[in-house]
Amino acid sequence: MDAAVRELSYAQAIQEAMAIAMDMDERVFLMGEDIGVYGGAFQVTGDLVERYGTDRVIDTPISELGGAGVAVGAAVTGMRPIFEFQFSDFATLGMEQIVNQAAKMRFMLGGEVSVPVVMRFPAGSGTGAAAQHSQSLEAWLGHVPGLKVIQPVTPHDAKGMLLAAIADPDPVMIFEHKLLYKMKGHVPEGHYTVPIGKAEIRREGRDLTIVATSIMVQKALDAAAALEGEGIDIEVVDLRTIRPIDRQTIIDSVKKTSRLLCVYEAVKTLGIGAEVSALVAESEAFDYLDAPIVRLGGAETPIPYNPDLEKATVPQVPDIITAARDLVKGVR
Amino acid sequence: MAGASKAVVDSRANLPFVYRQYSPEQLRQVLHKMYLIRRFEEGAEECYMRGLIHGTMHLSIGQEASAMGICMPLAEDDQITSTHRGHGHCIAKGAEVSRMFAEFFGKTTGYCKGRGGSMHIADVAKGNLGANGIVAGGIPIAVGAALSSKRMKTGKVVVSFFGDGANNEGAFHEALNMAAIWKLPVIFVCENNGYGMSTSTARSTAVKNIAERAAAYSMPGVIVNGNIFSEVAEASFKAVERARAGEGPTLIESKTYRHRGHSKSDRNRYRTKEEIEDWMANRDPITLFETELRDFGFIDDQGIQAIRDAVAKEIADGIEFAKASPAPEIATLQNYVYTEHA
Repeated sequence: MDAAVRELSYAQAIQEAMAIAMDMDERVFLMGEDIGVYGGAFQVTGDLVERYGTDRVIDTPISELGGAGVAVGAAVTGMRPIFEFQFSDFATLGMEQIVNQAAKMRFMLGGEVSVPVVMRFPAGSGTGAAAQHSQSLEAWLGHVPGLKVIQPVTPHDAKGMLLAAIADPDPVMIFEHKLLYKMKGHVPEGHYTVPIGKAEIRREGRDLTIVATSIMVQKALDAAAALEGEGIDIEVVDLRTIRPIDRQTIIDSVKKTSRLLCVYEAVKTLGIGAEVSALVAESEAFDYLDAPIVRLGGAETPIPYNPDLEKATVPQVPDIITAARDLVKGVR
Repeated sequence: MAGASKAVVDSRANLPFVYRQYSPEQLRQVLHKMYLIRRFEEGAEECYMRGLIHGTMHLSIGQEASAMGICMPLAEDDQITSTHRGHGHCIAKGAEVSRMFAEFFGKTTGYCKGRGGSMHIADVAKGNLGANGIVAGGIPIAVGAALSSKRMKTGKVVVSFFGDGANNEGAFHEALNMAAIWKLPVIFVCENNGYGMSTSTARSTAVKNIAERAAAYSMPGVIVNGNIFSEVAEASFKAVERARAGEGPTLIESKTYRHRGHSKSDRNRYRTKEEIEDWMANRDPITLFETELRDFGFIDDQGIQAIRDAVAKEIADGIEFAKASPAPEIATLQNYVYTEHA
């Protein structure tokens, strides 16, 4: 197969990044629940334990708080741990170590240590796993100075941003939407990085800017394609990093299109859409707006089990199409 | 001061462990450091009362033998994690009181450049990975440091200090379990001073001795009188040997007492005046150790006075250093949040 068009799934891309990092650097190792012979709950670590052994692919007890703390302790003493939370919902169990320790240790100690830990969080709804295994909690962590929080959406970015995260001296939290794991895309061979803190314009357009995160980028692109036939030309910005946020790319895009729609899966209120809206409203792009900013986010409810209810909880392509069309046509 | 006389050395065979293991000069240094901890905290408390230090602080006065005993067998590059009551640990591991005072004064010459204060005092160069404002917060971090030691084969031993309150936190149990299953070179030191803030261990803890928790994680659980330096040091020495030999962790319960309240807001309503005075008058760790040293002929009154004078000068100089040091510029507020910023 031509290397230039080599395709991997999102999960395979992450696994490849971890293998490359472990080959390059003895200090890199993996920790998490059932990431060894089981291969991880979503088969992201796969057979890595066979290649790197149980010293570098460590099955932890079901101890998210302790496990996160061990990863932090290893990171400040010279190792490069990658800690997998089995589901992002379980961040709630490790929050103390993430928020009070990993995020603040360098600051509290006046720069005397670095905390180069990577934590991976399989996130999001759509798997029928109900309220405690389907949440999108990235904004919680995005609120904490000291952390970096990323949401790659393509296999290419999943690999490149993970390699950037491993090389980063500060703690990086990666939210991986579970429905992306099987999606395929072009992934270059070998080592490369995709910078943290830079948004990517996935599609250029003149009439409306959609700033989307994670799997909503795919849905926004589908909506944009559908509206093309109606003569509506949509720009889709893949935010990729929610802390530190790429203000300039958003502002420049809104200045060009004069309309902004934010689309994200997490609960709408106090979410990333509020931040994006506010930063546009505070910027020079405000004067360019021809219409009120619109947010499409998750419903104000836990994620339900019933598949129809579950779909109705988060924005779907038809919702984005309607919101985008109304916004461009001035329907309030 | 000269080393031990021949008579002293000959009679050492019958003395407690530390008097056989360490030289008289090393033991006099221990007394010096115990005084340094005591006077540092008294000095910090006085500066606080005079409004020179803001915030709050948690004093370990009465617990000096525990900090010194545990750190006695540690090498300089061995590591510790500490607690909100961590001034003694910091000094015992080798910190300079001048830079500690500077930190409490919020100055750039402080160990954390004025960003941490009392509750996050650290000295990474000497292996102190930091005090911690979260009860049990440092315990999993110590286990992670021990994992680094094992993976990188550095031979380092890691000590995690925590109080009796921490033994009822989930992090304690998760961390001890992981240290045991992976046989990591870590020593868990519970400084049981009888009260988690105001709640006594009898009211908070289902086991009589916290060392009993060790059985649940298949590691030795050792109880020592935390106010007797030689007892603490002996237990620590054995635990360090076990850790370095790759045999895994130990839980040491060091039973002690804090003379002061939990923090500066404490009205001491949960314990009696008689109880406090009894501990101060009859079980003060510095008095106990000083008496032993004198009784065993390792020091005389003149030697003790010399230590007290030297410590008084160190404290006075340290406070002057802190006062004279520069405060951080407001423009540096965001330094150290991310590595690329500073």
